[in-house]
Parts: sequence; structure tokens; C-alpha cells
Amino acid sequence: MPGLGTSFGRGGATTNLQDLQNADCILIEGSNMAEAHPVGFQWVMEAKRRGAKVIHVDPRFTRTSAVADLHVPIRAGSDIAFLGGLVNHVLTHDLDFREYVVAYTNAANLIDGAFADTEDLDGLFSGFDPDTGLYDPTTWRYQPPEDMDEDEQQREEELEGDEAPGADQRASHQAARSESHGSGGAPVSWKGRRDETLQDPSCVFQILKRHFARYTPEMVQEVCGIEPEQFREVADALTSNSGRERTGAFCYAVGWTHHTVGAQMIRTAAILQTLLGNIGRPGGGIMALRGHASIQGSTDIPTLFNILPGYLPMPQASQHQSLDEWVEDEEGKTGFWGNVRSYAVSLLKSYWGDAATADNDFCFDYLPRITGDHSTYNTVKAQIEGRCKGYFLVGENPAVGSANGKMQRLGLANLDWLVVRDLQMIESATFWKDGPEIETGELVTEEIGTEIFFLPAATHVEKAGSFTQTQRMLQWRDKAVDPPGDARSDLDFYYELGHRIRERLAGSTDDRDRPLLDLAWDYPVDERGEVDGQAVLREISGTGPDGAALSAYTELKPDGSTACGCWIYCGVYADEVNQARRRKPHWEQDEVAAEWGWVWPANRRILYNRASAAPDGSPWSERKKYVWWDAEQHKWVGRDVPDFVPDRAPDHVPDKGAKGPDAIGGHDPFVMQTDGKAWLFAPLGLADGPMPTHYEPPESPVHNPLHSQQGNPARRRLDDPHNPVNPSFSEVFPYVFTTYRLTEHHTAGAMSRTLPYLTELQPEPFCEVSPRLARQRGLEHLGWATIVTARTAIEARVLVTDRLRSLRLGDRMVEQVGLPYHWGGNGITTGDSPNDLVNVTMDPNVYIQDKVGTCDIRPGRRPRGRDLTAYVADYRERAGVDPQHPTNGGTD
Amino acid sequence: MGSLWGRLDDVTGDAGYVDHEPRMGFFTDTSVCIGCKACEVACKEWNQVPDDGFELTGMSYDNTQALGASTWRHVAFVEKPFETVAAQPPQEPPHPTTTDLGLPGMGPPGWDTHESGLPSGEDQATASGDGGIRWLMSSDVCKHCTHAACLDVCPTGSLFRTEFGTVVVQPDICNGCGYCVPACPYGVIDLREDDGRAFKCTLCYDRLKDGQTPACAQACPTESIQFGEVGELRERARLRVAELHDKGVDVARLYGADPDDGVGGDGAFFLLLDEPEVYGLPPDPVVTTRDLGSMWKHVGAAASALAAVGVASFLGRRR
Amino acid sequence: MVPEPEFESYYGRQIIKTPTWKTPDVPLYLFLGGMAGASAVLAEGAALTGNVVLERVTRLVAASGAGVGTVFLVHDLGRPERFLHMLRVIKPTSPLSVGSFILAPFSALSSAAAASCLTGRLPRLGRLAGLGAAAFGPPLATYTGALLANTAVPAWHEAHRELPFLFAGSGASAAGGMALLLTPVQHSGPARRMAIAGAAIELTASELLKRRLGMVAEPYERGRPGRLMRLASRMTLGATVVSTLSGRSRAVSAICGATLVASSVVTRFGVFEAGLASARDPKYTVVPQRERMAARART
Repeated sequence: MPGLGTSFGRGGATTNLQDLQNADCILIEGSNMAEAHPVGFQWVMEAKRRGAKVIHVDPRFTRTSAVADLHVPIRAGSDIAFLGGLVNHVLTHDLDFREYVVAYTNAANLIDGAFADTEDLDGLFSGFDPDTGLYDPTTWRYQPPEDMDEDEQQREEELEGDEAPGADQRASHQAARSESHGSGGAPVSWKGRRDETLQDPSCVFQILKRHFARYTPEMVQEVCGIEPEQFREVADALTSNSGRERTGAFCYAVGWTHHTVGAQMIRTAAILQTLLGNIGRPGGGIMALRGHASIQGSTDIPTLFNILPGYLPMPQASQHQSLDEWVEDEEGKTGFWGNVRSYAVSLLKSYWGDAATADNDFCFDYLPRITGDHSTYNTVKAQIEGRCKGYFLVGENPAVGSANGKMQRLGLANLDWLVVRDLQMIESATFWKDGPEIETGELVTEEIGTEIFFLPAATHVEKAGSFTQTQRMLQWRDKAVDPPGDARSDLDFYYELGHRIRERLAGSTDDRDRPLLDLAWDYPVDERGEVDGQAVLREISGTGPDGAALSAYTELKPDGSTACGCWIYCGVYADEVNQARRRKPHWEQDEVAAEWGWVWPANRRILYNRASAAPDGSPWSERKKYVWWDAEQHKWVGRDVPDFVPDRAPDHVPDKGAKGPDAIGGHDPFVMQTDGKAWLFAPLGLADGPMPTHYEPPESPVHNPLHSQQGNPARRRLDDPHNPVNPSFSEVFPYVFTTYRLTEHHTAGAMSRTLPYLTELQPEPFCEVSPRLARQRGLEHLGWATIVTARTAIEARVLVTDRLRSLRLGDRMVEQVGLPYHWGGNGITTGDSPNDLVNVTMDPNVYIQDKVGTCDIRPGRRPRGRDLTAYVADYRERAGVDPQHPTNGGTD
Repeated sequence: MGSLWGRLDDVTGDAGYVDHEPRMGFFTDTSVCIGCKACEVACKEWNQVPDDGFELTGMSYDNTQALGASTWRHVAFVEKPFETVAAQPPQEPPHPTTTDLGLPGMGPPGWDTHESGLPSGEDQATASGDGGIRWLMSSDVCKHCTHAACLDVCPTGSLFRTEFGTVVVQPDICNGCGYCVPACPYGVIDLREDDGRAFKCTLCYDRLKDGQTPACAQACPTESIQFGEVGELRERARLRVAELHDKGVDVARLYGADPDDGVGGDGAFFLLLDEPEVYGLPPDPVVTTRDLGSMWKHVGAAASALAAVGVASFLGRRR
Repeated sequence: MVPEPEFESYYGRQIIKTPTWKTPDVPLYLFLGGMAGASAVLAEGAALTGNVVLERVTRLVAASGAGVGTVFLVHDLGRPERFLHMLRVIKPTSPLSVGSFILAPFSALSSAAAASCLTGRLPRLGRLAGLGAAAFGPPLATYTGALLANTAVPAWHEAHRELPFLFAGSGASAAGGMALLLTPVQHSGPARRMAIAGAAIELTASELLKRRLGMVAEPYERGRPGRLMRLASRMTLGATVVSTLSGRSRAVSAICGATLVASSVVTRFGVFEAGLASARDPKYTVVPQRERMAARART
């Protein structure tokens, strides 16, 4: 998400699934789209039918590869090298879409003279503090414009000063804020000096060239195991399908995000697509494939510790003592994000209603503050250490679905209380009697003090509500049947919980209880006691001073006259109509089908679509026309809602010192960025660098051929004796393993392994290995195998298949073990959980674990009981895992 | 009664219907199948078909194994190396009890005799990259033959031809005699063990009566399974094969679309990317009833011979 | 050694389904129907020539054979309680349907004839019934050839010309053999002649089958079905030769008769299992079809 957010201004898919049919070339990488998104994949098949070339880059040959035109096997986790190689190819041979790049990106911006690249510092950028593992991005900034205004001068002084306020917190503030670029790019202080000829050595274009110069096809072969001929075939396909007449699209999913360099992988793709001029154009863009039905919604209306609805950053305890302090970083900046105060105040009004007034900062003090990293894995560590006492698991099964299952279960076992709401009796609720640690004796049922409440939940057909899926589309679902027995929706549960807590607190004089007592907690409830979901959606969409529904976020005010639960959703209830419920069939509309559901922002289906027209406002070509300038009507017209100021002429130059949306010029399609441009170089916003660099995963069989810096220097480690990391290049753990999904099962398995129809399709847990690996280790097709890491060992049946390729990296062969991760102890089909193998090392921007690691694999079933812990301990010892510093991993 | 064999353009009329709807069927284009098995699940959900056993088969991703009484849509998976540059031929002749040359065995093809499909034909250690693998995927179903052997041999009249030209079993009449089971040249219909009766795909007869699409076609995300009038589907299929040939996919061919074939063409036919037997389909199926005339003739002759023998046994001496 | 033909298959799995017919029910029915049908012919001949002893035995054999055979058939059904559904329609395309309408009248008629014969009552009606049974007898003994052949089972379908004769011969030798077993020598002459003629027809049909079927004859020659078929041929041949040479001894006659009956049983099991074996191996479906396609392509 921050990968796209920092590049373009919004952290979400730039296009939609249906638009893939317009692509001339589709690159699917970090995704097994046909298996994980089969319904969305129909649009790739449609594109193929229309003549598009489909390329699938994946460690395995999957069902996606089977229908692709080209499958490129790649070593899991090495995508930056491959994509960087493509960037280098484009830059070296001048194959970029030059007009687009000059006008719409920051290629021409000059960067601060103190900036040093990874090529200069052997794998580090300037500004790295090895003690904290954090970067200070000051040296990455744009060179200021020739004539600075007052604000800019003051800012310059601040940045130069050693005693800048909160300097030590700034960096962590910066890191935790990466997620906040879901809608609104990182705020740079000025638009900066530019060289439109792209020749100045300190311009972004030249820096990019130097940065990727060593990413040659030979380097790609050494890092990724991809043959130079295949590399060239991909490069030719991508470059020949870009420009005025042709566009290409990228699709990615957790094959990119579940890495310690995940955000940077996405950044590399963003850079490549931007150089090729594909963003904002039909058949182009980056289709971030989010998996769960409403996962986009779960970051829009977030369940994350560091953001509020609409990607407003959660206030920090030390930095933000008032509303002003909270919004000042962004307020007034250029672009639509400059109106952040309106969005923030409207949110506060939706929370606290009449109690929120200008006098009390709109109840800003009631908002909880963060003091550091409260992400999920740190929370688990806090549970193990007894600092976190209680836990709600709502439609989440960390005992199977999160990395390092043992840690998850040890955390659960140390709580005072646990509430589990789910459709099935999941492993996270039964760990205390039949989890793997009960078998090994690491946990004893009678000694677990956690009080566990299991509450049955209603399924999605038993309640009304909306999903926000991967293309930012909200689709309302009506309720079809009543939930059985005591099952209730989460909406009803939390509303009721809120009521009961408020009842308990009624009459309290303690200030600490005011946030709960002053909440606007008054949704309409029907005769069954069920909350009216549409009322909640309406509140999210927002209401004006007269209480009527708002139509667009441009109507939001900072004076408390508007209330809005999520500013990017403002308009979903426009005209008092549930826009998300619209279902006009596609045969009654054009291809864009704007009257099906509602897309944020403002029902725009392709973001940044100003870029589908040339700088002069005319379409790049007849074939790829989408949105263009109509001089007669003096507005932007076309097939979609323009993602631009509707009546801003293409040649408009904003006044010096203009703020907010007024600062958007005619050549600034990326309206959420403070400079209106796509960022090839990201001066702000990412914790691990302004440009992507290849680093090895935390557990790797090979040295980083590019730098001595082996892994991502900014990666977040979880220092805990239960999270030992395999030492890299170890003979004891010589193989790479990666986890993935099967079409037939769903996530941690509660919704599929409990159903006969799905169970019979994939009835047992298995791993996939190449014939060569099978021969090496004596593995038999359909036999058993034990897979070991420093965390634990699991067992699975073996499928020997040519679809797993032995990869030649330089002069050595690397083998990979593939593991579908769906299995756990409960259900019709049961088995060990592959996520128990995964270690917790996280991307510093989003705190997401790396699903690639190293392992050993041996024929036969695993040891049972205490023999299992002894077996794993033996491996740790032989591999040289340091019990004092188990998370070090023996590398940097 | 109608014809038993040969081209039959109006199968529904031949079954006795006077003013009837056009014949409906499936065109399954396996070149766009992504092996998601939504068809299998949708069929079971709609028709309340029981699960069919939980067994990891090792047959690639096919754990369903075959069509049967409790499986009416079955997705086949075949992992095949490209027959590009053959690796050096195996040193010994084919093992006498197994067949070789591309037989999709239990392991990956050729994995115990030679490395598969690599450019240089040497040990796999020479290069990375795909030597070239194909993964064939195909959703199999009852063919609803023009000349349906199962229907011809059913003695209770349980199997009948519907007004849509499809073939359906009536579970309230079937007494489980099992004659339909070996009669089917495709191996589709079977008896359900704990029930005793025969079951197979109904082409969602109930949904057709309501003007709806069969469950599998409705669920298929890539429109691999296409539902419609058989005549129109055949035309569409011909165009699709031509399109694929133009793109260089020479292996594409239709299966069951020829009204002059051994069963008079299938109501549910396919576009395949390899020989039928690779998918478990008979290469040249013929409805058994084609030879019925000859069978009865020989029965008559044998019966006469028996009668003659009987007579002759009593001629001559009384004893 | 002739190399095995090369062909592809789906993981070596069979293409057509294995018949679900139960064993021993169906093979025993084939035997009983054949023996009963031929026995009814013998019975009528015996009645016409006043051979009361022979008539009584053969009537009993015909009736009880049909009766027990019917029990096996009903038991073989997946839903035995619905056996009467067989009489809902009469379909010439279904040998099973036609067979129901042969077996039903034959059972009724042969039972009536046997009852009349044994009790002595209603002799004229009994004779009429016997005549009817004799008319239905040969169809009963031979329609089962079409029953098995009218499937996709390669070993059965390809043998559709020979099976009716094989079954006719086997039925005749069984009927004759059963009569030899149960009748004193001075009355069993016609039975002996029918048995020998039946054996000759059976052996000839069997030989023609193996030669004409090519590869699809293998199931009749290999494995368990092969052993059964060879055993049955030897039993038939042996009993026939012995019976021809020494027809006078009651003991020898009985042994030969019993052997012929047993051989008929073994033959039916052999044919049945050969069919199952040919269904289970995809080779027998794929290779002949490929050869047929190749032949068409050449013309």
C-alpha cells in the first residue's frame, strides 16, 4: 500500500479488474491470479482473447501459468532484481514513454546534493542510523526551488537543523506513517527545482539510471535464476506494448507484499509502469489484488493500529497534543490532501456528534494515541510477556493464519481473557486442548489461565452490509436469511457491547470515561434488535449542516458543520441513495459500468486518468482515449469521472504559493501528491529508501550479489526467544520455502476444510518439490515429508512435479519447497500448519512478515511429542542459532 | 422409436416431441479452463450431490478422479512436458507391463527415465527456466449423446430424452439394474453405492425448465463452460478452433462436435488441446446400439440353432 | 516377443465403467437361464416322444432354473423392491427389457407345465404351457448374449456375434448334462445328444471368438478369466468325449452330466470376468478405437 501511495498518492489499485481486458500486455507477478482470484481472472482471459500477451512470473508453474503465454520461474523473494533489471533495460535503451515521463513524473526533479545511493554506500542510502535501524530522509529531499517563499524557507531551516524538534521521533513517526499514504502522498515541503532535459546528474532520472545500472540480464540470472533469453522476452513484450497506442497492466498480490522488502517490490513495479507511461490509462495501471472480500475496506475503515478512516494517521502521544499539531504537517499542502483538517474534523464529528465542538478541539483529546509500534506481532510478544491481557479475535485465526504459529499460541495461552467470534470452532479457540504445544508438552491445558469466550458469528448472507474489494468498489449486500441460533453480526455485537459498557460507566465523573460516554451511539435498531447497516453507511458517507447526505468530499468543512465517518467514502450515500447497492447490469451500460456499485474516490474507476491524455489535453491516441479536455465545454470529459479538478485547463500553471487543490497544475495528474507528480524517486514516505534495492530475504541460501548489505537494513525484527531466525547460507537449511494458496481452500481453512465439497477437492496437506530435490532427499511422490526450520517442524504429503523448477543462480542450483498454508488441527481435513515454519521479520513500512524462508526437508513423518522439540533443538544447534541472539540470523 | 445410429438432426423430435425447443447443451472450451473446480462445487450444491470421498490421489490436482454417480462435473489435470526437443531416448525398450511415451504417470512425466523437456537434453543442472510444460485442464461432464446408449438400454424407462434434447435419469423409477453403467462409451453414469440407483448429470433440467443456466456454466468464471443451443455452440466452437489455429495453437481440436461420429455427436462437446485419451476420453466412441440389429440377428440364429438341436436330439432312435 | 501397443491414458485409469452387476448373481443367472431355456426344449421333445421320465426331470429343471434365476436377478438390483419396474415398458433396444418379457412368461409357463406334469392335473393346459415354455426357451438361453454385448465392454461388445452361440451351446450342454445326471441311462439318450451338440457349438463359438477378436480376445485368455475359460473347455471336451464313447454306464453318464453342468457354470463366470477385466484396462478401449480410426484414415 505505501508502495503505491508514495508513488502515486493513493495506496490502492490504480485500476479495476474489468479494465484488464483493454490491456495489450499483462504481467502477473507476486500473484497466482487464476487460483487466488479466479473470478477476477476472467478479465485477463478476455484480454488474452483480444490478443494480449499474458506473462506470469512465479516460483511455481501454476494454474495461472497454464493459461499464460509465458511463464518465468523466479526465486521467491528476488523480484526487485528482476523488475530492477527491466527498469535498467528501459533506461539503457531509451524505451521509456518520454513525453509522459517528463510531464507527469518527478524525473526532472533535482535531489539534495548530500544524497548518497546504495551504489555509493554498498547497500545503504544516506541517512541510516545503524543503532535504531531507521533512516533520516532529510538528504533525500528535493532541492528547493530557486525562489522560496517564507514557509519553504522556514522548513528548510528546520530540516537543516541538528536540533530539529522531535528528531528522534520523526523517524519513527515517519515509519508508522507509511501506512497513512493510503490516500494522500507523503507531504514534501516544496515542488522543487527541475531539469526538463533530464540531463542534470542530480536529477531523478539520472539517479535512477545510476542506481539500476548493475541490474543487467546477467545479474538477473544470478539473483533470480531467470535465463537472459526469457528476461529479454519479457522486456520486449513490456516495452513494445507501451506508448501512445498500447498499454500494459501489472497484477500483484501477496507474492509481493509478504516480504521484508514488499513495499519496495511494489515501488519497483510502480517505477517501471510509470516509465512506460501506463498509469492512469485504459489497459494500464497496477492492479493490486487484494484477497479477502473486504480487505480494501479493512484499511479504508481500518482495523490497523496506526491509521484512522480514510488513511488519516493515528495521532502520536508525544507529537500531537492538539488538533492543530495533528494536522499541521499536511494542512495547506498542495493537492487535495491539503484539506486534511476538513476530513479530520468531520471524522471527529461523526464519532462524538454534538459533544464535539470548536471549543474542545472537536474532542480531539478523546482519540487514543500511539506511542510506538503496536503492530500485531509486537502485540503477540506483549502477550507472551504478560503486558497485553485481553484479545478480540474477530474473523481471524492467528494460530493458523499468522506467521510463527507457536508464538501466536503461546501468546493466547498467556492472556487473561480471549474473545473469539467466528463461524466455526477455529484453532485459535481450541489451542488450549489440542494445539501443537499440548502435544509437545510446551503448554499444559490445566495450566493455561486464559478465559475464552466463543461467540458464533453471522455469515455474510445472514447480515446486511458492504464489502470494499480490490478495485476500491463498495458493493452493498442485503441480508438473505436470519442467522441461526445465537449467531449475530459483528455490527450488532459491538453496538451492544458499546451500550453495555456505557451503561456500566453511566454517571461516572472520571475524565477517562468521557470518550465512551460522549460517543454518538444511536443507530436505529429493528424489531429483531439488529442495527440498520444502511444508517451506518450513511454516517460514513457523511452529512451536512442540515443533516442531509453529502455528495462529495469537497463539501467537507473544517468548522464542525459536516460529519463524515470516512472522507474517501463521502458520496456513497449521495442523494440519500445507497450508491453501493446499485446493480445496473453490464449489458445496460458501457464497459466502465459506472452504475454498478460505488468506487472511491467519487466513483472514479481508473485513478489518475488525467494521464490518459497528453499534456495538451488531447487523448494520447484514438485507441487509448479515456478522459480528455473538451475546450468548448471547458471541462474534462470522457468515459469515467475525471480524477482531476473538473474545469482546470491542461495548460494551467498555479500561482506561486497556492495551497490545497489550487496548487494542482494542468500537468499534475497525481492530484493527491503534494507536487502532483508520479514519484520515480520517493523523497519521503518509505522507511527503507527512496528507491528499491535488491536485498535478500532474512533467511536466504545465497549471498546478496549486489551489496555486502545482505538484508533490508531497516527491516523490523521481533527479538524473542520464540522467534529464532535460520542463519543464512547454511548447509543445515539449504532450501528455500514459500507458502501460497490453493483455489480450493480459503485462508486458515475454517470456511473450507469444514465443508465436504471443498475438502474433497484438496483432501490432504501437501508440499510440492522438483524431481531433482526429490531425488536429492529421497522423497517419494505421495509419500510423507518433514519440513524443518528453526521455529519448528511440520509434516505433509509430497507431490513431485515438474512445475517446481530447479533454479540455476550463478554457479549453484537452488531448490524450492512449496507449501499451501491452509491446514490446521480442526475440520474434516486436518494437518500441521505451514505458518508455524515462518519467522517474524517484517517490512518496516507495513509490519508484514516475509513468507519466504529457508528450510530442510526429509522423507518420513515428523517426530511426535517431546521428540519434536528435541528434533528442532538439534537442528538449531547444528545450524548455529545463537540462543542469546536468536533473531540475529547470523547475517548483518 | 427413432433411429439408433448415424446422423440425426432433430434428436428431440425423434424422441417423440412435436413442437419443441431447440436442443440445449454445453460447449466446454478447455483452452480457457483455469482448473478452479467451481463447476464441480456449483453442481454439487445445486443438485445436492453427496461428497465422493476424501483421497489425495497424486494425479496432479485431480482428487476427484472421474465422473460417477456422485460426481457430475470432473476437472481433469494433466502435466505434460512439451514434445519439443526430446531428451535422448530411454536406453531400454519400454517396460513390458507399462506403456510409455508421454503417459502421464504418477510422478511427473519421464521423471524416472529421463529429464523432461530441457533444451539441451542433459541433466537438469544445465539451465533454469521452463523446458516447457503444459498443464492441461478440462471439465468433463455427461455428453448427453445424440444416440445415448444408456437411454437405449434402460429397461424401466427411467432414462429418457427431455424436451431440451438432454438425457435424464428419473430417480423414482430407476431400480438400479445397472445396465446403463457399462453401456456408456464415456464411462459417465454409475450406481450410487449406498443408494442403489443410477445418477448422472441432468444438465440441470430443473433450471432449464425455469429458463435458467445450468449451475456449472453459471459458475464458470472464464466461460470455459458455455451453455446454449447446440447448433449455435457448434458454430461458435468451429470459429474458436480456427482462431486458435491462426494463433499457432495447432493442437486445438473439437471432440464430440461431429454429428456423423459414432454417437451422432454430443450435446455436450469439447475443445481439447491433446488427444482424447490423454484426458481419459475414448478416441472413437460408438454407441453400442449401432450393432443391435446384428446382435438380435445372431440371437435369433442361435435360438434357432438351439431349437434345431432340440429337435434333432429326438430324431432317429427313440432312446 | 510382440511389444505391447503404445497408447496414452489418463494416469492408467479405465475409461468406461466396470459393470456393477454382482457376482455370483449375474453369472449364475446366465447359467440358470441357459440351462432352463434349453431344458424346456428338451422337455417338450420328451413330452412329444412320450419320454415321461425325461420330461419330468427337464420340466423341473426348467421351472426351478427360471425361478432361482429370477431370485438372483432381483437380488442383483440396486433397488430390489422395485423389480416390477422392469415391466413398465418394453424396449427392443434394451435386451434387458426384452429379456424381462422373455423370462416372465417363461417362468410362468414352465412352472405351470412342471406343476401339471408332476401333479398330473390339467394335463392339456400343462402341455400347452409346456409348448409355450419351449417357444420361449431358446430366446431365454440366447438373449443374454445380446445383453452382455450391448454394452461398451470391449470383450463383450466385440464378441456380439459369438456370444449368443456360445450361450446357446453352453445352455444346451448344461440342460443335457443336468438331464444326464438326473435321468436313468435308458431315458437320457436325447439329453446326451443335445449335450454333445451343445458342447460342439460352444467350443466352436469359443474358438471363433478368440481368433476374430484379436487383441480384445486377451481377457479371455489371460489371468483368472483365462484360467476359467480353459478349465471350462477342458471339462466340456472331456465330458463330451467320454460321454460319446461310453454312454451305457449310469455312473459315467452322471459324472459326465455333472461335469457339463459345472463347465457351463465356469464358462459363464469366465465370460463375465473377462468382460470386467476388459473394462478395467484402458488399453482395450483405446487401442482398438485408434486402430479403427487409422483404418478409416487409410481408406
